[in-house]
Amino acid sequence: MTASLTRRQFLKNGCLVLAVAAVSGGVTLVNLSPASAAANFKPHAFLEIAPDDTITVWVGQTNLGQGTQTGIAMIIADELDADWNRVGVRMALAADVFKDPKWGVQLTAGSTSIRHRWDLLRTVGAAARLMLLRAAAEEWNVDPARCSTKSGKVHGPDGRSLSYGRLTDAASRQEVPKDSPFKNARDYTIMGTYRRRFDMVDKVQGRTQFGLDVRMPDMLIAVLARPPRYGAKPESYDEKAAMAVKGVRKVLPYDGKVAVFAETTHAALKGRDALAVKWSKGDVPDLSDKYIADLFGEKMSGPGAILSQGDAEKALAGAASVIEASYSVPFVSHAQLEPTNCTAFVEADRCRVWAPTQGQTASLQAAAEATGLPVDKIEVMTTFCGGGFGRRIESDVVTEAVALSKAVGRPVKVMWTREDDFSDDVYRPASVCHIQGGLDAQGDITAWRHKIASPSIFSRVSPEAVKDGMDSSSIQGLDDMPYKLPNRLIEYVLVDLPMRVGWLRSVAYSYNVFTVESFMDELARKAGKDPVAFRLALLEPGSRPHKLLTALAEKSGWNTPVPPGRGRGVALTDCFESVAGHMAEVSVDRASGKVTVHRLVCVVDSGVSVYPDALTAQMEGGAIIGLSMTFNEAMRFADGGVASTNYSGYPLLSMTQVPEKVEVHMIDSGAKAGGIGEPSVPTVAPAVANAIFNATGVRLRDLPLDTSKLKKA
Amino acid sequence: MIVINVNGKDRQVDVDPDTPLLWVLRDDLGVTSVKYGCGEGMCGVCTVLIDGAAERSCVTPVSSVGKGKVVTIEGLPEDHPVKLAWIENQVPQCGYCQPGMMLQAVDVLTHGKDLSEAGLASAMDDFTCRCGTHPRVLPAMKQAAATMKKGSKS
Repeated sequence: MTASLTRRQFLKNGCLVLAVAAVSGGVTLVNLSPASAAANFKPHAFLEIAPDDTITVWVGQTNLGQGTQTGIAMIIADELDADWNRVGVRMALAADVFKDPKWGVQLTAGSTSIRHRWDLLRTVGAAARLMLLRAAAEEWNVDPARCSTKSGKVHGPDGRSLSYGRLTDAASRQEVPKDSPFKNARDYTIMGTYRRRFDMVDKVQGRTQFGLDVRMPDMLIAVLARPPRYGAKPESYDEKAAMAVKGVRKVLPYDGKVAVFAETTHAALKGRDALAVKWSKGDVPDLSDKYIADLFGEKMSGPGAILSQGDAEKALAGAASVIEASYSVPFVSHAQLEPTNCTAFVEADRCRVWAPTQGQTASLQAAAEATGLPVDKIEVMTTFCGGGFGRRIESDVVTEAVALSKAVGRPVKVMWTREDDFSDDVYRPASVCHIQGGLDAQGDITAWRHKIASPSIFSRVSPEAVKDGMDSSSIQGLDDMPYKLPNRLIEYVLVDLPMRVGWLRSVAYSYNVFTVESFMDELARKAGKDPVAFRLALLEPGSRPHKLLTALAEKSGWNTPVPPGRGRGVALTDCFESVAGHMAEVSVDRASGKVTVHRLVCVVDSGVSVYPDALTAQMEGGAIIGLSMTFNEAMRFADGGVASTNYSGYPLLSMTQVPEKVEVHMIDSGAKAGGIGEPSVPTVAPAVANAIFNATGVRLRDLPLDTSKLKKA
Repeated sequence: MIVINVNGKDRQVDVDPDTPLLWVLRDDLGVTSVKYGCGEGMCGVCTVLIDGAAERSCVTPVSSVGKGKVVTIEGLPEDHPVKLAWIENQVPQCGYCQPGMMLQAVDVLTHGKDLSEAGLASAMDDFTCRCGTHPRVLPAMKQAAATMKKGSKS
C-alpha cells in the first residue's frame, strides 16, 4: 500500500522518474515509466524530472540540520549536469530502498549518509544523464557521442539543445544504462562549491514542521509519569485528581508508567502533576555518583577481555622508562533541544507514524510489534528533527505512541518533557581508564597498555555482538588508533549499571581519543620531544593522518612562537573514514583557574568535500559540542536515579565560552567520501587539555576538566 | 476568555489564566514556530517579543501578557535584517532554537547598549543551542546591526 501510494504520487504524466528497487543482493535502478509500473517491483523514486524542468530528489536520510539532504541532491545533480536552480529535495516515506547499502537498515547515523551511498547516488545522477542524452540523440537522429550535457540541457551538433524537461517522455522510454561513467572530480560544478541549504529559508521564517509540531484532527496529547528511580514501579496514583483537570480525557497505566491523555499539552502536564504517583524504591535505591565511582574502581581492579598485538607486558618490563596515568569521563546526554516525541494513529488495518527519527527501519519494526500489523500496513513519515546526535536512533517513543494510539483509538502525540528526556536518555557511557606507556633509550614508544572500564552499548542493543566480554564499540579509537606501535594491549572491563547507554555523536571516539591523545602528549613530554614531531614519527609518511597532522601544524602556526601567557596543544583522529585534528591555543587565569580558548583550528580530510559549507558547519558544531563536553557536561546521579534533569543542572556551552576564532580547513585527499558529523568531535577535548598543560604544566585527566586545579595558591 | 495580541491581531482564547503563553501560542493558536525546550525559562527556544522585549514564553502566564503586543518570528517581516543575515550566514542547523534566538537578537540589536562582539556574546549568553551554531551567530548579528543602523538613518 505504501508503495502504490508512493507510485501514484510519482507517476505524473511525462515525468522521467528514476527509482531504486531493493532486489536480492542489493539495489538496482529502475525506470519508473508507466510501462513498467505493472512490474512487480516496489520502487521508490530517487529522482524525478518533470516536463517543466523541475527536478526533485527524494531522500530517505533524516534532516537533523547537518545538510545531508542538500548534499545528496548536490551529488545527484552534479552527475546529472542539472541546473541547480531547478533542483529541490523531499523526504520520502520510510522504505526498503532507502536502507543503507552496507548496514541494511534505513538509518541516519554513523556519519554514513553519504559515505555509504557515494556510488549509489552518483549512479542515479549519471544514469539519468545518459538516458536524457540518448533520448535527445534519438530525437535528432545523431550519434550520442556528438551530444553533451550542461546545466539541465542536452547539446547536440550545430548548436541544437533541448532542456531535460522537454526530454522526459523520450528519456523514460530508454533502457536504464548498465554502466554509466562517473565524472572526474575536477569536472564537478556543483559538488565542492558554495550552496545554500534547501531547508534554510523555512527554518529562518519559522515554517519548518518538527515532530512536536505535528497535529492531527481529533488528536490527544499524552505525557507519561515516568519512574524517578531505576526499576521503580507506580504503587498508587490519584486518577480522579488527574481527570478533574480541565482538558484531561483519560488516564492509563502503561508499561510501568502512567499515561495522561489530554486535549492540550498544558492540560496533560497538569494532569500528570495531579496524579501524584507514589513510586516503589526501585532496583538500585543507593545509586549515586559515589556508587558509580566505587563500582568503576572495583571493576578496574578486576580482569577484563584482552585484545593484544605484540607483547606489551614484556616490552613494558624491558622499557628504559615507563609512565602511567588514569583518566575518567562522565555519562553525557544528547540534550537535543526538541524533546523526544512521536505522533501515531492506529486504525484497524493501517498505522501511521509521524516521527522525528533517525531510524526508520527500527520505527517500522517498533510499530509492527506494537500493533501486530505487518510492516506493509505501516507508514513512517519522518519529520524535521530538532537535533538528534544519536538519541533518535532509538524507537522507544514510537512504541509508546503507537501503543497509546491503539489503546484510545485516536491519533496520539506522545511528548517527553525535558525532565523525562534527561532522566531516561541513552547516555554516552562513562568510562575510566589506566594507561601505561614504555619508552626506549631514544624516547621511542615500545609499549602501550590500555585498560578501560565502561558500560556496553551493544549489551543493550544487540547482545550477540558482545564476544567474550568485548564490546567493539567501547574500544573505538584504541584498537584502530592511527599510530603504528610495536606492542599494544587493550583490556576492556564491561560495567553493568541500570542506566541505558547509547550512540552519541562520535561514540567511543569521544572519550578514547581524549585519553589516547592526552597520554600521547605525556609520552612526548617524557621523551623530551615536540608533540607534533613525536606523533609524526609514529605515522606512515604520505598517509592521510601524516598529511593531516602536517597540514594542521602548518595551518595553525604550530612552529611559530606561542604568544606570552598562552599554551598550545594538538590532537589527531582517524574515524568514520575521515581524518581530523585540532590545535587549541589557550590561556589560563591562575587566580581563578578560568581557561580561555582563543583559537581552535581544525583540519579535516573527508576524502572529497562534497558540500563545503555544510562540512564547515559540522566542524564548527563539533567544536562547540566538543568544548561543551570538555568544560561543562556531566550527568549526575543520586537517590537511585538521575540528578541532572534539566539544562540548569546540565549547562551546555554558552556564547561567552566560544573561542574568539574557530577555523576550519579542508583537505581533499581524493579518497572515497568519508564521514563528517562525528569526526568533528573527538580531538577537541585532548587538544584543549594538552594546551592547558603546555600553558601551566598541570595535566587535567578527567572530563569535564576541573579548572579549579589550575588555581595557583 | 482572554484576549491577547499576537503578530498584530487580537486573538481570543478560552484557557486558564495560569497557562504558559507558550502552550497558548502552540496549542490554541497554532503558532508552532515558538518551541518547547526546557519549561523553566532556561534554554530560550520559546522566546517571543512582548512589546519589543525578549521574554521566555514557557514561564510567562498568558494572563500576565495583558495589552502587551506579542511578536513571534512570523510577525517579523520576511526581509527583516536579522532574518536576511541569518540566511546569508547560513546560521541554523536543525533550526529548532533559531526563531527564539533570532527574536532575542532583534531585542539585543534594537535595545542593547553594547554592540561590541563581547557585548553581543554576553547578551546572547543565556541561549542554548545544541548543534553549535554559535560561531555563526555573532557574525550574523553584526551584519544585521549594520543594516539596521543604515535603515534607521535613512
